[in-house]
This record gives sequence, C-alpha cells and structure tokens, in this order.
Amino acid sequence: MIEKLPILSLLIWLPVFGALVVLFITGEKHRFISQWISLVSAVATLLLSLWAWSTFDSSRYYLQFVEDQSWITSLNIRYSLGVDGFSLPLIALTSLMTVIVIISSWNNIKIRSAHYLAAFLMMGGLMNGVFAATDAILFYVFWEAMLVPMFLIIGIWGGPNRIYATLKFFIYTFFGSVFLLIGLIYLGLEAKSFDIFAMHSMVLPLDTQELLFFAFLIAFAVKVPMWPVHTWLPDAHVEAPTGGSVILAAIMLKMGTYGFVRFMLPIVPDASMAMADLMIILSLIAVVYIGFVALAQRDMKKLVAYSSIAHMGFVTLGLFISFALIDKGSIPTAIMGIQGALIQVISHGFISGAMFLCIGVLYDRIHSREIADYGGVVNTMPKFAMFFMLFAMANAGLPGTSGFVGEFLVIIASLQVSFWIAVLAGLTLILAAGYTLWMYKRVVFGEVANEKVAQLKDLKLREYIVLIVLAALVLAFGFYPAPLLELMQPSVEHLIDCNLVSKLSPEGMCS
Amino acid sequence: MLNQLLAIVLLPLIASVIVGLCGQFLGRQWSHRLTIAAVAVATVLATSIAIGFYNGQLKPAEYVLYNWGQFGDLAKGGVKIEVGFLIDSLTSTMMAVVTFVSLMVHIYTIGYMKEDPGYQRFFSYISLFTFAMLTLVMSNNFLQLFFGWEAVGLVSYLLIGFWYKKPTAIFANLKAFLVNRVGDLGFLLGIAGVYYIFGSFNYLEVFEQVKQGFANVDIAVTDEVVWSGITFVCIGLFIGAMGKSAQVPLHVWLPDSMEGPTPISALIHAATMVTAGVFMVARMSPLFEQSEVALNFILMIGGTTALFMGFLGVIQNDIKRVVAYSTLSQLGYMVVALGASAYSIAIFHLATHAFFKALLFLAAGSVIIAMHHEQDIRKMGNLKKYLPITYITSLIGSLALIGTPFFSGYYSKEGIILAVNNSQLAAADYAYICVLIGVFFTALYSFRMFFLVFHTSERMDQHTRDHLKEPSAVVTVPLILLAIPSLVVAWFIADPIVSGRYFGDAIVVAASHDTVAPLIDLYQDWFSFAMHGLAPSPFYLAIAGIMVAWIFTVWKPEWRETLNSRIGFIGNILRNNYYFDKIYINYITAGGVGLGARFWKWIDAGLIDGIIVNGSAKTVAAISGQVRKIQSGYLYHYVFVMVIGLLAFLAWVYWRTLMN
Repeated sequence: MIEKLPILSLLIWLPVFGALVVLFITGEKHRFISQWISLVSAVATLLLSLWAWSTFDSSRYYLQFVEDQSWITSLNIRYSLGVDGFSLPLIALTSLMTVIVIISSWNNIKIRSAHYLAAFLMMGGLMNGVFAATDAILFYVFWEAMLVPMFLIIGIWGGPNRIYATLKFFIYTFFGSVFLLIGLIYLGLEAKSFDIFAMHSMVLPLDTQELLFFAFLIAFAVKVPMWPVHTWLPDAHVEAPTGGSVILAAIMLKMGTYGFVRFMLPIVPDASMAMADLMIILSLIAVVYIGFVALAQRDMKKLVAYSSIAHMGFVTLGLFISFALIDKGSIPTAIMGIQGALIQVISHGFISGAMFLCIGVLYDRIHSREIADYGGVVNTMPKFAMFFMLFAMANAGLPGTSGFVGEFLVIIASLQVSFWIAVLAGLTLILAAGYTLWMYKRVVFGEVANEKVAQLKDLKLREYIVLIVLAALVLAFGFYPAPLLELMQPSVEHLIDCNLVSKLSPEGMCS
Repeated sequence: MLNQLLAIVLLPLIASVIVGLCGQFLGRQWSHRLTIAAVAVATVLATSIAIGFYNGQLKPAEYVLYNWGQFGDLAKGGVKIEVGFLIDSLTSTMMAVVTFVSLMVHIYTIGYMKEDPGYQRFFSYISLFTFAMLTLVMSNNFLQLFFGWEAVGLVSYLLIGFWYKKPTAIFANLKAFLVNRVGDLGFLLGIAGVYYIFGSFNYLEVFEQVKQGFANVDIAVTDEVVWSGITFVCIGLFIGAMGKSAQVPLHVWLPDSMEGPTPISALIHAATMVTAGVFMVARMSPLFEQSEVALNFILMIGGTTALFMGFLGVIQNDIKRVVAYSTLSQLGYMVVALGASAYSIAIFHLATHAFFKALLFLAAGSVIIAMHHEQDIRKMGNLKKYLPITYITSLIGSLALIGTPFFSGYYSKEGIILAVNNSQLAAADYAYICVLIGVFFTALYSFRMFFLVFHTSERMDQHTRDHLKEPSAVVTVPLILLAIPSLVVAWFIADPIVSGRYFGDAIVVAASHDTVAPLIDLYQDWFSFAMHGLAPSPFYLAIAGIMVAWIFTVWKPEWRETLNSRIGFIGNILRNNYYFDKIYINYITAGGVGLGARFWKWIDAGLIDGIIVNGSAKTVAAISGQVRKIQSGYLYHYVFVMVIGLLAFLAWVYWRTLMN
C-alpha cells in the first residue's frame, strides 16, 4: 500500500498541514498540544524521507517517486515532482533539521511559541518542495514561498536590529530571484514546457547562455552566498533566533548550490565553462578572504556565519573545477570534485547547524553572543564543552568528521587544475583551525571569566538529544561517506556525461 | 590475523570511549584498569607480530576493512579508497614501540596524576592517542594516513591543554595545532600530488607503479617555474613531517608543548607522535628515492635542526625543556638519516630514542613529583641521595642519548653519522658537520642537566628537602622497564636492521643512494662494533661534552657567569629561540588577524555594505523622492513628458536605422 503513496507530496504537504493546525492552537494552556503536534508531524516527515531514501534505487540517475498533475494548463505549467541523487539527500537533511530545530526550540521561545514552531514546519515543507519540484514554475513558487516563514522568524523572534536584517535578507534574495524568474519564463517559452529536464536538452546559442548564466548567477550566488553578495548573511544570522540560524545555514544556503547543479550547469554549460575561471576566483575569495574576515570577528554568530561562507566556497569550487578536469580527460577526478562539493553541502548542514545550536545553548543562558563575555565555560559545562569541541574540530575540517570529506576531495581534485587553486583552497586548513579554535579557546578554556559563567548549568536532556544526533552524523559520514557517495554517484556521472556537454548544437547530447 | 589487528587498534579506542563517557561512573580504579588492560593486550599482540616478522614467520600483507569511497568507474580509471592495514616489518616495529611505550606511560600515569581531578579524562585521552597513532602507522593508504596524522594532532592538542585553566597551556595547545596545520597543508598537497601522478591512494599500488616506472607530471607554479611532480610530492609530504616531527622552522610548538602533563611529554612529544614524520618518510622511501632534490632538502633541514636545537638545550633551566630541545635535536638526527637514504637506521634511532627519551622524560617527571612540581634545575641538586632509582635510570638514559658505546643509542646514532658520511648528495657534507658537532652539544646539555639535578649542592628549600623521596612503584617500575631496552635493545636488533634482513622490501633504497650497505660488516657483532666505537671522533666529542658540562656545573660553576657576560649577545639569540616565536606571533599571527579586521572594515562593511548595498538603498530613496514630484497631477506636465518620451523614442529608432 505504502508504495502507492504520493510520497513527495506528503513530504511537502504533511508539515505544511501540521503547521496550519498548529497555527490555530494558540495560547499558553495549549502550548503542550501545539508542541507535540509540531514534533509528531516533523518526525513523521523525517521518517517518510528516510523511507524514501531506503527504497530509492541508487544505481540509476533518473527521477524517482515521480508525480505529475496538470496545474495551469493554459501555460503548460504542471505540478510535477521527482527526486534524484542530488535532491534526495537534501530532502532528508531538511526533514532532519526541522525535527532538530523543533526539539531545540521546545521551551525557548517566550512569545507566540506555537507560531514559531508552525513557521519552521511550514518552511520545512516548502523547502522540501524546492528540492522535489521538477517544474520550473512550481520550483519558483516554493523558492519564493519559503522566504516568507524565514522573513517572519527573523522579523518577529529576532534580535534588536532585526528589521534591518530582515529587509536586507529579503531584498537581497528577492533581487536575485527576479532574474531567475525572467530566465525561467524565457526558457519555458522557448521549450514550450516548464519541465526542468526538458530545459536540460535545449540547444542554446552562447550569447543567450551567457545572459541566462548571469540571471542564474545573481539568484543563486546570493543564496550560497558567494562573495561579494554575501553581506546579508552575517546580519541575518546575528539577528535570527537560534532555530532560524540553524535552518538558514543548514538548508537555505544549499538552495543556491542546488540551483547551480539543477539549473545553471545543465542548462547553460557552455556559458558556465566560459565563466568557470570567474567562479573559481570568487570561490577562492570566499575561502581565503572570508577566512581572514572570520578571524577578526568578536561575535560568535558572525564568526560562524563567515565560516559558513568560506565553507560554501568549497562547494562552488568543486563544481566549477570540473570543466577543466573534463577538458583534461580526467573524468574520475571531475567526479571527485563534484562529489566533494555535494558532500560538503550535506556536511555543512550538520556542522553549521550544530555550531549555531551550541552558540544557542550559551545564548539561552547568558544572552550574549560576544566572545569576550565568555571564558572558562568548560569549568561549569564540561559535557557541553565536549560536544562543542567535536563540532569545532569538524568545522576545522578534521579527518574523521564529515567536514573533512568534502574539502579533502575538492583540494585533491583541484591540484590537477592548478597549483594555486590547491594552495589557496588549502589555506582553509590553517584559517579554519585558526578562527574556530581561537574562538573555542577564548570561550571554553581558561579560568571562569565572570559571575555569569560561574552560574552556568550543563546541558539539558533536550539539548543532549539534538547534539548527540548531529555528533553521530558528523562522525558517521566522516568515517564512512560511501553510502552518500554511492547515492549521488549515478546523478553526478549523468551530469558529467550528458549535461556538461556543449549545448551549442544538438550533436553529442544524450537523448 | 585481521582479528588480531582489529583488536590492537580498537581495544584502546573502545576503552577510551568508555572511560571518556562513563569515567565518573567507573571511578578512578576501574578507569585505569580498563585502559591499561586494553593497551596491555594490544602490546602483547603487537609484540608477537613484531617477533613474527623478526623470526621470518610472517610475511607482509594488506588487509582491507571497508570501502571509504569510490569515484568513477574503476574500468575507466576511477579510484577506490579502501580503509585497511598494511602490515610489514616496518609497521610491526612501530606498533610494538608505540604500544609498549604507551603501556609504560599508562602505568606511570597512575602515580603521576593521582591527585589530578581530570584523572579519568587523562586515561581516556592517552588511550585515544594510542588508537590514533596505531591507525597512522598501520594504514594502507594516504587518506587513512592523513586521518591518523591529524588525529594524533588532535589528541596532542587536547593533552597539551589538559590543564585548561593555565593560560600558558591553552596558548601552547592552540599554537601546536596551528603550526602543525601549516605542515599539514604541505602534507595534503603532497597527497594530492600522489593522486595526480599515480591516480591512487593505496600504498602498494603507488609503490608498484614506482617500481614499474611511472609518468611524472609537471606542476606549473608560474609559466616559467615548473616543478617535477615527484619532487613536489616528496617535499609536500616532508613539510607535513616537519610540522609533526618539529623540524626547523616549524619546531616552535614542541618546547611549548611541555605545558602538558609529563607522561604525555614522554609518550607523545618524545617517543611516538613526533616520530610520525620520520616513520612516514621511511614508509614512503620508494617515493623519496625518486627525488634527490627532496633528499637534499631533507638533509639541510635535518642537519639544521640537529645542531641548532642542540645549542638551545644548553641554556634551558626547565628540566622538561632541556629534554624537549634534546628531542628536537634527536629528531634532526633521524631526519638526517632519512635524507641520507638510511631509512632503516632512522627507524632504528627512532626505536632506541623512543625508549631512552621516554625514560628521560619519565625520570624528569619523577624528579618533578619529588620536588613538588618544581621544574627549575637551578633549584635542585644532589638528588642522587634521595632518588637512587631515578638517578641510575637517568644515567642510563643520558648515556644512551649521548651515544656511549654499548648503550642502544650508540648503535643508532653512530649508524647515522657513518651513513651521512657515505652519502654522495650535495647537502650531505653540511649535515655531516651538523650531526658531528651535535654529538658534543648533546653530551654537554645532557650532562649539564644531569649534574645540576643529581650532583652539585642541594639548592632546594628546606620544606621540599624534608619531603624528598622516591615516588611509588608505579613510577619507578616503568623507569626500570624502559632502562633495560635503553641499554640492550640494540644488541639484538642492530644487525638485522642494518643488514636489511629485517625490513626487507618495506624500505626501498636506490643503489646510488645506498649509504647503509658499507656499514653491514661493522654491525655483525655488536660487541666488536662497540669496541670500534671507542676509536673514532664522535666518542671523543661526547667525552668532551661531558667534561665541559662537568667543568661548568661541578668544578667551576662560577665560570658560567663569566662566560655569560662575555658572549651575552649569543645568549640573547638563544634565549629568544632565534626569534622564531617573535616573528610568528608578532608578525604572522597578529598580521593575519589585523588583515582580517581590515578586510572586514574596509571591504565588507565599507565598500560592499556601506557604498553598494546601503548606498543603493539610499540612492533609490533619493531618486524616488525626486521622481515623486513628477506625478504633479497637472495635465501639461504629463503631455510634456509624453512629448519628450516620443521624441526620445523616435531619436532611438532613427539612430538604430543609421547604425544599420
């Protein structure tokens, strides 16, 4: 029976429905009910996504769990869903992080707590929609719709400067999205279909590709975010409540890289190849320049936000060195680079999420994000210090944690493109260790710095649960990334064999 | 066999995790019982494997555990990374040394840390270290090597900062980690180069390709500067070794690492982890034999470290720092041996050094306990009266260190000096001079410390003197157990190691680099070789070193002041560690943070946010303020605008036609 279920629709609409129910159960005395409804629907979504993973046939590249309904017939826009090796891990990640956020914000929100949980549930469903949609307009609808809950989360439950941050966040991303919409409409009219995969096999002249490339670039680069359109992220993180930061870092940034893989690389490969050098330079700026900027931060959340940007630089780097590698004929190395980029996407979800949760644990107790307000936390919170150490090391890319896998693969692959790319990307070894462990030293080690630190209580059960889950995942994928690599491998090979070939003429394109 | 290997690696890990998570529940006794039992079993198994290779019963073999990842189709040049073990005589030697020293340190820790509130945590860390070090030496591929490499670095970081309240300790551990990361960058690039040339991460596949002849690649730094791929690989890997094995200029972290508890100074920062770089180069001997540029580079770095770090040992007053600089200098000796292609002798010295240096550190720890955590040798003296076991074992350790004939250190160090003398490489002469003069300074700093601690007048305060006594058996027994191999181990292993019988194919030396072969005859009889050692110059240099130490500490201590005032400027350079720390901290680290702050202020906040983002928001506000005025409601305004618009449009069409 379960095979017949429209599983992707459930993954989208189950949490949205749960959110709608929770929205109407307000008031302090119903708090308990709203919490449990949220948790149950989030967990149910997670279990569904894991079930989808377990039944997914990872030996094939093509879409699975496909659903297709007509939606706006006059424009040939369809409600069509499906997942492949790129989108399925992201859906699982989204569903997991939604559960994590709901558990971690259980009692922490003092005003409108039901609405807070509802916002995350709704966002989780909509983000699943972004990854599952195979119709460009449907994709765009989810893409824009998911901004709304995030806008509210920062705007209502955020810090003192939240209005500036939300506006900056919204205008930045909306500015990018407009170009995306124009590009998608153009492609849809040309292809006479909004099916994303029909767009993959279109023949496009180079100048058209270049215009589309920039339309995509603006939209996706803002989301990643790539230098120089990254300045919304630190502000948004600083003002966002813990849960908002977690989702922002763990999932929302991945929308940008997903866009590169789903739209930019397959639809405009020739323009992407022509612009690869630019993208590589921007990626290296993200790794090196942002790494230095992170070193100078005094606010823990800002520091982790900048470190996110630097880590995302590896994703774009891994994707865009593939052209030079294919050109040289080293296909396995190109696969390695792209796999590294995609592993980094998932791993960064765990690690940045965990880092923000750790900062949230401290913030809940002391109400400060300033590094200078802490010192000697290990004396009063030894168990917390242990988890924080693990995630800090993962952030620094220590082997044995998932943070290492992606960076390692991308650096290994990039030496074959250029000595300098490998060296500059490799600087992250020093920079990431520098900014992360220096922060750790100032916050956790040392004598108890002040009265507030002396009063700290160690982790609560709820905090334990979320940190243990993330720690287990960080270690599991660090020691044994093969399952994830195998899941993505056919899709990556398909991308290289069929999508990254020239779209200037029908010749050589896969049928 | 695979089960045995898994037990060796995993038992310490399991013990570490259990003690780490449930240490409070288990209590002190069960915590140390559990970890010691795990390491003891690992030691027995590892030693039996080493003996198996020694007897020739075991043959080298690879054991695959699981598939870490695969990239591309194997038939089309794809690559598969499989985690596993490569076990041969080289690996088994390291396994035996690591587990044995670790076991001694575990036992010793019971006494040394008995009053420390972090007792269980400490046992958890050192067991974790044993696991990490074993994965490093037993690895069959470069990825796992890098894992072990960084994992021992992590544990070293945790243990240097073990007393996390001490500002110096948490400074030292961050410094150690970051300096090692600089080396690791080179290491990682080296691994990337290995994959570039050989398309594989597996040792045996890579070595097989080297044997068959391989296509070298060019690595272009600029259009003009193009490096040979294999040289790039070797120098990259060696830069990693320079970090881990603390070679100049990446040596600065090791003296500071003495902030950690003494047992780990013995285990990690003397006997095992710091020798990982030496082991790695020996393991990669087939690669290093392909690049004479790299070998020359190694000779230069090793010789410099051996000599110049020896100088620094002479002026230290902290008992642990003297031993630390001695470690740096001895690591330099091992590295020189590597550069001279005498890999087997480098490993030989690594093994003997592990025993006598662990002994010296633990003896120093014994002194420190007895002195109530006083580490300044100027406040000690005549301890031979109070600590007889520590005195005798320290004497054995020191004599082994300076290379006294019949002691184990003699066989390995003499081998290095002879081998580097045989080397034909350009940098060999420099390295030879360095290691030769180094012998004098080794004897000088060792016996300066020895005399100041155990002889001379009693300079401690009355309270300390009243409580001076030999620590308990958990401290002295490891000293005795380490003193025995420090004296005798070379008698049994010198000949098989130097003759090449023991390492066999595990170490590859090109015929033109073979500096060890001429020594084989010498080593056939350990007794006569020791007698031979009484003749050549290194022995007299060592004697001279002891004499000078004796003159300046026992006979005429007041001469030290005179000397100090005469050559004060050299003393300044030495006391400042050749200004490495000042340059690194004041310029490189502070410069990096300053650069970040400037990037952030000027570019992120100033240019991007200040001018472009918020600036365009302001511009839009300003423009819309103006544009609003256009909507005046007067018809003639609108007509006027329409006319202008129409004219503009016509002008544009006209211009388009003109252009076409």
